[in-house]
Order: sequence, then C-alpha cells, then structure tokens
Amino acid sequence: MTGRPTPRRTTTTALATAVAGTLLLAACGGGGSGNADDGTVELTVGLFGTFGYEEVGLFDRYEAENPGVTITYESTQGEDTYWPALQTRLASGSGVADVQGIEVARIADVVTNQADLWTDLRDTPAASAIGNYVEWKEPAATTADGAVLGLGTDIGPMGICYRTDLLGQAGLPTEPTALAARMQTWDDYVALGREYQAAAPAGSAWMDSAGGFYNAIVSTEQEIYYDASGALVHDSNPAVRAAFDTAAAAGQAGLTARLEQFVDPGWDAGFASGSFATIACPSWMIGYIKGKAGDAGAGLWNVTTLPGGAGGNWGGAYLGIPAASENVEEAAKLIAWLTAPEQQAEVFASVGNFPSTTAAIEMVGDATDPWFNDAPIGQIFSASSTNAPVQILGPQDGVIKSAMVQALLSVEANGVAPADAWTAALADVTNQVG
Amino acid sequence: MPTVQRPVPGERTAPPGAGTPWRARLFRVEERSAPYAYVAPFFLLFAAFGLFPLVHTAWISLHSYRLGSEMEWLGLENYAWLLSNPAFYNALWKTFTIGVLSTVPQLALALGLAHLLHYRMRGRTFFRVSMIMPYATSVAAAALVFAQLFGRDAGAVNWLLGIVGVDAVDWRNGDWTAQLAISVIVIWRWTGYNALIYLAGMQSISQDLYEAAALDGASRWQQFRHVTLPGLRPTILFTVVVSTIGASQLFGEPLIFGGGKPDGGALGQYQTLGLFMYQQGWTYGSLGRAATVAWVTFLLIIVLVLVNTRIAKRRAT
Repeated sequence: MTGRPTPRRTTTTALATAVAGTLLLAACGGGGSGNADDGTVELTVGLFGTFGYEEVGLFDRYEAENPGVTITYESTQGEDTYWPALQTRLASGSGVADVQGIEVARIADVVTNQADLWTDLRDTPAASAIGNYVEWKEPAATTADGAVLGLGTDIGPMGICYRTDLLGQAGLPTEPTALAARMQTWDDYVALGREYQAAAPAGSAWMDSAGGFYNAIVSTEQEIYYDASGALVHDSNPAVRAAFDTAAAAGQAGLTARLEQFVDPGWDAGFASGSFATIACPSWMIGYIKGKAGDAGAGLWNVTTLPGGAGGNWGGAYLGIPAASENVEEAAKLIAWLTAPEQQAEVFASVGNFPSTTAAIEMVGDATDPWFNDAPIGQIFSASSTNAPVQILGPQDGVIKSAMVQALLSVEANGVAPADAWTAALADVTNQVG
Repeated sequence: MPTVQRPVPGERTAPPGAGTPWRARLFRVEERSAPYAYVAPFFLLFAAFGLFPLVHTAWISLHSYRLGSEMEWLGLENYAWLLSNPAFYNALWKTFTIGVLSTVPQLALALGLAHLLHYRMRGRTFFRVSMIMPYATSVAAAALVFAQLFGRDAGAVNWLLGIVGVDAVDWRNGDWTAQLAISVIVIWRWTGYNALIYLAGMQSISQDLYEAAALDGASRWQQFRHVTLPGLRPTILFTVVVSTIGASQLFGEPLIFGGGKPDGGALGQYQTLGLFMYQQGWTYGSLGRAATVAWVTFLLIIVLVLVNTRIAKRRAT
C-alpha cells in the first residue's frame, strides 16, 4: 500500500472534486434538418402531446400522395418541456423542425414577442386556409401588423365527463339530459357534489381537483387575465376571483380528490379506479380518458354539457413554420393539408381533438362515441364551441394559470385558507411577471 | 518499433562539441515545459467546458435575459431580487433539510454495509456487485417507480402501512412526507456507491492493526471505532464532500417525483435550489435570474466545502 493521501492532499482533492463537480452543467445541442435538392424534400415535424397525425396515419398518407416528400416526426409528451427546448433552438436558429406545434397558451407570446422568428403564412401556399376557421382562431395567431404565424389545429370546447356507475350508486341522475337539467349553474354543480359526497362510495370524490374546476370556470369567460387593451387584470377581474373562491370552497368542502391534473400519477389512475366521479373535460381529454381508463372503462363514462349549456374553450393548438426553416413552401403545403377540414374530422373521430375549421365542425356534428355510452360528443362540443366567448389571450396566461392552480392545490391538500392562497398566488405572479 | 534503437545524428542525443550550451538550454526548456504540455489537453477542455460556462453564467446573471430575446444590462438587480425573494430562502432551506434527511442515513448505512461486506462470506462478490446496481439505474426510472410506490391511493407504501393499521398518507402533498419520499430515492441510489468506496478504504487499512488491537483485547465494536473509523477518515471526508455537493444540486429526483414540474409541490415543500433555478429558466424563461441562482448555489457549495474541510482538518490535528 503506497501513497495514502495526507490530509492536505485530501483537502486539495476534495476541493478539486468540488469545483469540477459544480462545473458539470449541461449544455444543449441542436438536431439537424434536411433540405431540398432535386425534387426530394425531407420535412421535419416537431410536436407535443397527441396531435393525432401519427396515430391516424396522416404523415404516411401525405408521403404516399406526394412522392419525393419524406416526413420525420418527433414528439415530446409534455408541452412544458417541449416549449423551452424549442425556445433555445429558435433563439440559436438551428435545430428547429420545419413545422412546430404551438399551444394556444403560447400563441399570444409568439405574436407579441417572436414575430420575426416565425414565417408569415400569408406569403405561403397555406394562405388560402386562413379563412376557414372559427372566428377567433386565426386572429389569435395574427400580429398587430397582420402577419399570420400559425394555422389552427384543434380547439378545446368543454363538457362535463362523468362516471355513470358512481353517480347511479349515489342516487344521482345518470342520463346526460337529466343530469344537465339539474346543473343550471356552477353552484348547482357544487350542490350536486355535496349530494354525491353524502352518498358516495368510500374513496370517491365528486371531482378530481380544485385547479381543474377553476380552469373550467374561467374557460367560459371572455376576459380572464388580460383586458381588451392588453393590460393585466388578473387581480382585479371579479370573474377570476369568483372562480377561485368557488373552486377553493369546493376543495375545502372535500368535494375534490386533491389530484393535480397531468402531474399526480393518482390522477391518471383515478379515471379507472373512480377516485373522482366527474371532471370538466375539453374535447381533447376524451382520448386521454379512454387511454387511461382502458377497455375496462368502456361504458362507465358519459359526457354532458357544462352547467346551463355554457360554452367554453380550454386549449387547442397551432402549427407554425419557424423562420429558420429551409423548406417553407413544402412545409406550408403540409400544414395546410394537415389542418384541412377532412383531416381535422378524421383526427376528431380517432383521438377527440375537436376541429377548428367551420367546415369540419359541420362534418362532425353527428358524431357519437360508443366508449362514452354513445354520448353525442359532436353535438355537445359543437354547441360549446358555438357558445364560447372570444377569449382575450395574453403572453403570461400560462404563468398566471399555473400560480392559481398551485394555490388551489394548497387549499385542498394542505389546508391553506382560500384568502391566504389567493394572496400567495398574486404574490407569485407579481414576482415573476412584475 | 521493434527495430534496434540507434542514436540518430541531429536528434535527441546531442553531438559532442558544437553548440552545446544552446542545445543544453533547449533541453532544459523542454524538460520544464513538457509536463505542462502533457496536462494542457485537460485544461483546454476544462477552459472550454468548465471555466467558460462558469464565467458566461456570471455574465448572464448581470442581465435581464429572456429566452429568445436580447440581453439587457441589469447590474446586481437579479441578486437583489434573489436575496429578497422568500421562494429562494424556501428552496435553500428545503435543499438543506432534504440534504440532511438523505445524506446522514445514506452514509451511516453505507458504513454499516461496507463493514459487513468486509467480512469473508459466501457470495461476497455477488453482494458487492448488487450494491452498485441502484447507482447504475437512471434517476428518471428510479424516481418514476418511487413516485408510484409513494402514491396516495394505490401506492405500495400506503398499502404496507395499511396492513399495520396506519391511515393512507398523502406523501406528495405533505411537507415532511414529500421530503422523506425524495430522500428515500436518494438513499436508495447512493448508499451502495458509498458502501463500495468505504469498502475500498477499509481494505487499505493494514490487517496488522486489527491483529494488534485484538491482542490488546479490543472487541469487534472497539476495533471498528478505534481502527476502522480513524483509518477511513480521508475516505469519509471525501464521501461527505461529494454527498454535500450532490445534495445541494439535487434536481432529478424532486423534478420527476413532482411529475416533471419544478414547483416542488403546492407550497414548494420539496422545491430544491436546482428546481428553483430550472423554474426560473425554463418555466418563466428568465435566464438571467436562473444564472443568478446558479452562481449563488456555486458560491454556497464552495463555502460548504471549505467549512467541511476546515472542520475535518481541525479534527485530524
């Protein structure tokens, strides 16, 4: 045995290790992108979550119908990791795909802050598609100068998804129309919840989370966190405060299963296990619920309208072409085709993403879903989208919404008083947004 | 080359006579500079991938830098923002508590395991190799599995507790429960690694010392305390320093335990400094503030390591 370190050398080694360890910060690298030469084009598509194109086989069909075009598709499950990664690539100008998905909560940021990083679709073959949409969809993706930076994919009209078996066990109506008749307002929905809770099977709550409930309520509002002039009104808008208080009260009353949406593994499991009996569901959640509840869940769930038949919108997305793309023409043809009414209708039939073009909405009006007890989802979501207000979107919507949802989770799960949680949420927003 | 080495005129061996002082000086220069040339590749890499990011991060921390836009000079405003932000102190405190909750049991367990593995026994190699298995598992996989185990409604931990008659615990949403769950992931991953390091240290302690101690009538426990522990002091110092650094950079486990969101729970009950930094940079897009958190964390680690080694040195003398 030789060379046992002296204390001094150990110190140096330890320090060196310390410094070296701290310096190992990760760096980011970009991917490659194909470009055109003699008639063949390699298009890259970067999306998040489930747009349904790969699932329905639309990429394969486009390749078959357009010889010479090959499509490379990659998807990130979580939008919250997808977007920051895309931001670094956009900023460096390398590694972006020819077509990138944009979530509706980001579109205001894109049109106000990133107009120079995206292609104005008015100058491309996609221009003719811009007029096909429901009235608010494309204006949201249009800059003050009139540049259109994205083509709409889906919108998020809302309904209430519920477990017929659990409601039946608690003696509540199980038929959609009968249930809708008992829910004229959100307060009625909460009152039904109290009734349910009194007779519910053990371990089952009326709804999944206070945060989800809150989101459903504000999704029916026109003005949420910004007013028409673009000023922040999250702390003064009575509708926001009312929605917060209603949701917080439901959480305090134990009507929620305290499962954070898309985050808590228990939330996913709850669709099958019955931890919660109802959830306000945008159309795109239809496919998600089916996936999580599986074949065994077929026939257990049904869908009805929001209280009083209110219209709302939660989510939806766009397809944009980064300015750095070398295949703008071909990419524009692709997104125009992917978002065309026929394809939108097909995606809706397969994964539930509701169409945003008026023609496609007419096509899917009669759609029913056997898994959901033959619920007339086409009619429910069409009505919701027709009745939905034209929401005012703002660049910090996502940050504010996340702060509100966190605060509501602290009410239902940690016993924080609603007024304190509200104050904390506002402080959080001020700290980040200024 | 397998050919016979012959002195080649004009190369290494200087011809006698002409130009000796000049050549001699050249040799001396080469002799002195060669070591630097040999270590240069490391330092070049270090400068590119270590020093530059560090300095650049410091530069960014003096700016307002939003993802996808230009940098704007702020001076020390980000630092003022950070030091007056309760969320930062929360993250600092949680990093400390989770650090203690995970490091102390981890090193104690590792020491005990190493002691047991030091004995001659059947299947010793198997046990030693299996020690390192958790370390070879990816953080993501481990954290995902543990997040399921610590689930409220259908988690295995609550199921076991239910058998003993304890009510279901909401691990994720509780304050200490969430920290405990995350500490368990860290302990599970790192105990074996530290045990192997301790084992290596133990094997380098001379057997004579144990024999002498045994002759003097020392029990197994006394041998452990008075021979093994002092002999392991440098090794223990090393593991403490490395674990401290690891704890202050804890990131993957709480991120994935939190479902991929860096909030660290509704009240930030398990938001470590790493998560806080990530949240600033990637959730809010404030790279300047994230860089500030990174630099303050770095300075804290330096201080921690200095304190650590100072204490250890005082105890050694």
